Amino acid sequence: MFEEMTVDFILGHLNYWFFIILMMTGLYVVIAKGNLVKKIVGLNIFQTSVFMLYISIGKVEGGTAPIFPMDMKIDPEMLYSNPLPHVLILTAIVVGIATTSLGLALIIRIREEYHTIEEHEIAEQETKVSFYELNGNQLTSGDNS
Amino acid sequence: MASAISSEPVHHIALTLSDQLPALQVLIPFVAAPLVVFFGVRSLAWPIAFLASLGSLAVSVLLLQSVIDGSEISYHMGGWAPPLGIEYRVDTANAFVLFLISAISSVVLAYARGSLKAEVPEKSHTLFYALYLLCLTGLLGVVITGDAFNVFVFLEISSLSTYVLVAQGSYRDKRALTASYNYLIMGTIGATFFVIGIGFLYMATGTLNMADLAERISEQRDSRTIRAAFAFIVVGIGLKAAIYPLHLWLPNAYVYAPSPVSAFLAGTATKMAIYVLLRFMFTVFQPEFLVEIKILEAVIIPFALIAMFAASISAFYQRDIKRMLAHSSVAQLGYMLLGIGSFSHTGLTATIIHLFNHGISKAALFMGAGCFVFAIGATSYDKLKGLGKSMPWTSAAMVIGGMSLIGIPGTAGFVSKWILVQAAFENGWWSFAFLIVLSSIIAVAYVWRMIETLYLSAPIQGMTAKEAPLSMLIPLYLMAFSTIYFGFATDITLEASKAAATGLLSGSSGLR
Repeated sequence: MFEEMTVDFILGHLNYWFFIILMMTGLYVVIAKGNLVKKIVGLNIFQTSVFMLYISIGKVEGGTAPIFPMDMKIDPEMLYSNPLPHVLILTAIVVGIATTSLGLALIIRIREEYHTIEEHEIAEQETKVSFYELNGNQLTSGDNS
Repeated sequence: MASAISSEPVHHIALTLSDQLPALQVLIPFVAAPLVVFFGVRSLAWPIAFLASLGSLAVSVLLLQSVIDGSEISYHMGGWAPPLGIEYRVDTANAFVLFLISAISSVVLAYARGSLKAEVPEKSHTLFYALYLLCLTGLLGVVITGDAFNVFVFLEISSLSTYVLVAQGSYRDKRALTASYNYLIMGTIGATFFVIGIGFLYMATGTLNMADLAERISEQRDSRTIRAAFAFIVVGIGLKAAIYPLHLWLPNAYVYAPSPVSAFLAGTATKMAIYVLLRFMFTVFQPEFLVEIKILEAVIIPFALIAMFAASISAFYQRDIKRMLAHSSVAQLGYMLLGIGSFSHTGLTATIIHLFNHGISKAALFMGAGCFVFAIGATSYDKLKGLGKSMPWTSAAMVIGGMSLIGIPGTAGFVSKWILVQAAFENGWWSFAFLIVLSSIIAVAYVWRMIETLYLSAPIQGMTAKEAPLSMLIPLYLMAFSTIYFGFATDITLEASKAAATGLLSGSSGLR
C-alpha cells in the first residue's frame, strides 16, 4: 500500500487531504474544547469539511461551469462540472446554518440559567443539583418512615 | 413545473386522491405546521395539529392496507421519474413503520393537551405544536422516501425540531437545556457522518436513488469507497438510533424533555433510525455485502448483547422512573439489533415486530410517567412512594406497560421476544436464547422496583396526589390496552412484520 504513496498520489488527492485534515480538526475541537461556543465552531468546521468534499467531487477535469449560454445554443461536446453535488450541499448548508443558530440560541439560554458557558462548570452545578435532589429526598423520606 | 416540460407528451398524471397518498402522508403535517403558527390563536393550535396527525394516520392505514400483501408503491415526486427525480417508495416495511409513527403521534397529541399545561407555559404552546408537527413530518419523510439524500434532509428536519422540543423541558428543569445541547452536538455529528457516507456512495456509483444504488453497489462490493461509506452510514445512523455505545445523549434527553415529547420520541425517533439502518443494510447494501464484511458478527451482535445487559442493569439502579425507562429503551434496542444479527427471516420479523411492540409499550409508560409529573411534579422513586392508592389508574397502566417491557405472556412484548427466541433457536444459538431470557429477568427486577415503589411502599405523609384528568387517562389507556390487544391479536402485526422481512430480504440469495 505504501508504494502507492508517491508525490503524484498525494498531489492528485489534494482535496481529500484537505477534507480529512479539516474534518479531524473540527471533530477534535468538538471533543476537546470545554467552551460551548467553541464546540459549535468545531462542529461548523467539521460540517464545512464535508461540504468541501462534496463540492470537490463535482469537478470534472477540463469542465466549465454548468450554466446555459445566453443564446441557449448548447454545444453537446462541451464538458461541464457536475452540478448535482453543489445542489445537494446547498441543502446541507441550510441545515448547517439552522443547526448553528439553534446551538447558539441554546447557549444563550444555558448562560441565562447557569451563568457560564464552560462545560465543566455546568457539570459541577448539575452534580450539585442532583446531589441536593437525592439527599433532600432521603431526608424527607427518612423523616416519614 | 409542468409548463417547463410541456413540450413533451405527459404519459401519466395521477388524478385520483388515492394515487397521491405517499405525498399526502408527509405533506399533511408539513402544511399544517406553518398553519398552526399563521392562525396564531392558541385555541386553534391543538385542533389543527390533532387533525393533521389524524389525517396522516388515516393515510398510513390506507397505505398499509394496499401494501400488506407485499406489493410496492412507487411515487414520483413532482412527476420526475427516478433515478433523477425523488422517489417515494412504500413497501410493507415502511408502511408498517409509518403506521406506528402516525398512530403514536396521534395518541400522544391527544394526551399532550392536558399534560403540556403542567409543564410548558401557555405562550409557548402554539410553537410547540408547530414543532411537533415538523418533527412528525421529518420522521414520516425519512421512512417513506426512496432517495438517500432525502433521508438526510428529513432526518435533520426531525432532529432540529426534536432539539427544540427537548429544550422546552427547561421550564421544569434547567438541565433540559444542556441535555438538548448535547443531543444537538451528537445528533449533528451523526447526521454529518451519514452525509459523508452518502457522498462516498455518490462518488462510487453516481446515483442517490436507493434501488439504483443497490444495483450499482452489488457490482463493486470490494471497493474501499463503498466499504468506508457503509461504515460512516452505520455509525451515523447508530448515533441517531442510540445503539449501545452511542446512546449517551438519550437518557438526559428523555428525562428532561416535557412528558409528551418523551413519549413521542421514545415511541418513534429511535424506531425510525432502526428502520433506516434496516433499509440501508438490507436494501441498499444487499445481505451478501453484510456477510462479506462480517459486520453482524463483529459489531451488531456483540453490541446488542452488551446493550441487553449493561443498559438493563443500569436501568435497575436508577432512582427516577423516566431515567429507568430511558435506560431500558437502550436495552430493548439491543433485542432489535439481535434480530438483525440473527440474519434470518425470523430474526428480521422479530426486529420489526419488536420495533412496533416496544414503541407502543414505551409510549404508554412515558405517558404514565407524564401523569405523575402532572399530579406531583416529580418522577423520582422517593416522591412516587405509595401512589398506587392515590393514583390507581395511572399506576395500573404503568404496570401493564411494565409487563409488556418484561415480555409477560398476553402482552405485546411477549410476542416479539418469543419470535426473537425462535430466531435464536433456528440459528442453533442456544446460549443467545438463554441470554434473552436472562436479560428479561433483569427487566423483571427493574419493573418490580417501580411496582414496589408504587404499591408496597408507605406513602409520604402529607402527600395529596390527585388522579390525572380523563383527557390524559384516556389516551394513556388507549396505548396501554393496545399493548394487551397486540399481545393477543397478533395476526395484523405478525403478518405485516413477516411481509416486511420478506420484502427486505427479497431479491437476494442471502436468505438462509
